[in-house]
Amino acid sequence: MKFFAFILLAMISALVSAAEPASSAISDTLEERVKPCIICHRDADLIDRDAYFPRIAGKPAGYLYNQLRNFRDGRRYYQPMAILLENMSDEYMREIADYFASLPYVYPQPVVPALSPAETKSVETLMYSGDPERDLPACSACHGEKLMGVQPAIPGLLGLPHAYLAAQFGGWRNGGIMRGQTPDCMSEIAKKLTQEEVNALVQWLPGLPVSGQLAGADALAPELAQRCRTILSGKEMAR
Amino acid sequence: MRNSSGAGLMSKWLIIVCVAGGLLSPMQTALAQALADSDAEQIQRGEYLARAGNCMGCHTTRGGEPYAGGRKLNTPFGQFVTPNITPDNETGIGRWNSEDFWQALHYGKSKDGRYLYPAFPYTEYTKVTRPDADAIFAYLRSLPPVVQANPPHKINSPYDNQALLFLWRTRYFNEGVYQPDKSKSDEWNRGNYLVQGLGHCNACHTPRNVWGGSRDDKMSGGKIMGTYWYAPSLVSPLEAGVSEWSIEDIAKLLSTGINGHAVTSGPMATIVRQSLQYLSDYDIRSMAVYLQSLGEKRDSTPRKARKMPEQVRQYIALGQEVYEKHCQDCHGKSGEGVPGIYPPLAGNRSVTMISPLNAIRSVLYGGYPPATAGNPRPYGMPPYQHFIRDPEIAQVVSYIRNAWGNYGSLVSPEDVDNSRGSEF
Repeated sequence: MKFFAFILLAMISALVSAAEPASSAISDTLEERVKPCIICHRDADLIDRDAYFPRIAGKPAGYLYNQLRNFRDGRRYYQPMAILLENMSDEYMREIADYFASLPYVYPQPVVPALSPAETKSVETLMYSGDPERDLPACSACHGEKLMGVQPAIPGLLGLPHAYLAAQFGGWRNGGIMRGQTPDCMSEIAKKLTQEEVNALVQWLPGLPVSGQLAGADALAPELAQRCRTILSGKEMAR
Repeated sequence: MRNSSGAGLMSKWLIIVCVAGGLLSPMQTALAQALADSDAEQIQRGEYLARAGNCMGCHTTRGGEPYAGGRKLNTPFGQFVTPNITPDNETGIGRWNSEDFWQALHYGKSKDGRYLYPAFPYTEYTKVTRPDADAIFAYLRSLPPVVQANPPHKINSPYDNQALLFLWRTRYFNEGVYQPDKSKSDEWNRGNYLVQGLGHCNACHTPRNVWGGSRDDKMSGGKIMGTYWYAPSLVSPLEAGVSEWSIEDIAKLLSTGINGHAVTSGPMATIVRQSLQYLSDYDIRSMAVYLQSLGEKRDSTPRKARKMPEQVRQYIALGQEVYEKHCQDCHGKSGEGVPGIYPPLAGNRSVTMISPLNAIRSVLYGGYPPATAGNPRPYGMPPYQHFIRDPEIAQVVSYIRNAWGNYGSLVSPEDVDNSRGSEF
């Protein structure tokens, strides 16, 4: 009897070990799966803050998901991302976006901008009041009072490297970030700004300390939601 | 509705009568098949066949409207722009009938009688049967028409000459529907039809001459025109010939994009995502049976181990340092990989084959295998282009081509630089 029990036990343990994947050293996690992402998008402590690769940890999930799809589908142009995402599914990219959105992030210390008082005042006006004469909404109207972004798809503006902000503004002004997407509200806005205003903006933003949370979706005025609908609505973008 | 189901019922009787009477010649099979398709069935079959032929792969731009064309194919002969094949009257094929479609697919002639450029693989599609062509056409007719006028081709002189195209056809185009080889199994014949016909694997896996014609009808590998990838030989045991793989392993690579030995990358990964993952188990198995039969056996005489010159040894040793720093965590100390997750590099023929292009590109650009039903959340390879400089990439690729019993030529920094570029 004991002998049979032993055989039975041996059989069970054999089954258990057979069921175990040969690859037990590799963890079945998203952390393992996103290794190709974090070689560039890792924490600030590993990469100089002026590096071009922006942080993605803690950004709104809907925003990250939209950008992944934009890169894959050629609306937002960046060759390395286009190649990496070529054969991704929507479902998998959604999961990856949720993963990065959930990650905590250690923000860099603010860098005091070299701006004159007049320049600072002009930036602050644009930031919090806009310019109705040029049909420019306040930045805070879309990106949140604290500029930390709005759920689920509008990114925050703080804690981003100066070089990245400058590159993005350049892209929008040349219509080169979101190809063929109309209306493209950030491109319209960036084209209306002067080069001096852009230069001041991208210096001023990294000077602000990062604090507060993403604003709720209801923080966005309906007319702005309408103006930026192609960015906000997954449905219109999915085509 | 009643009509079509009535026709379907009648045709089913016809098939039974034909079979019972022992009259099932290929001609009648085709006829019966055509009759058997009720409209909805025909469209559904057409959708499946359009997947198998991956029509969408070329006739859709990145993120664009399906089948509305506009994708640009860059070749040494100029830039081809794929046409809109949705049923829009003005910008698509709304005015075409099934005869026009057959003329294009089978004879490579447009509705207006012009010869089509072989960027459209009619040289392979000519093998497709009439009922299959009709089903694909019926499916395309069922799509919502998309108004999208695409820019014209920009073809370099003298290739824009129809007379020259006529000459090309006489030399490189053999018109004719696939004829089954009676001595082979049904699976083998189905696989041959899919691989050589609808699947047009030849379009990439056959070497091209300076005229863009296939140098032979063997799929002996070549650089893919208009891309920066090398399509390995499907015959050679030193490249992607699969005579020594099991049918299951071949089928798994085709339908999921990864198996224990290998992973699809570049254009092949895209084809798995767009086309192969949707094929039936029977069709994938048939392709596997056919591909296995194509492969040549490995030469069993052992390779003479030659002594490496000291200089080469040193070069490779530098590559080993790069490998230990960046690659070893995933691909293992002995290049064993993690089968099904990270491909093994030891014995991996896409690492050791004569062209180092794909291996270099994998290091430069990284990538994920296709997300498929069989592998929905793939693990990936990081892009190292911003982190490892060309000389070190050359060293590490040279190392993996010669470590753990691998044997391949050394790679230079110039080779790395020449492997850059993409169609995006």
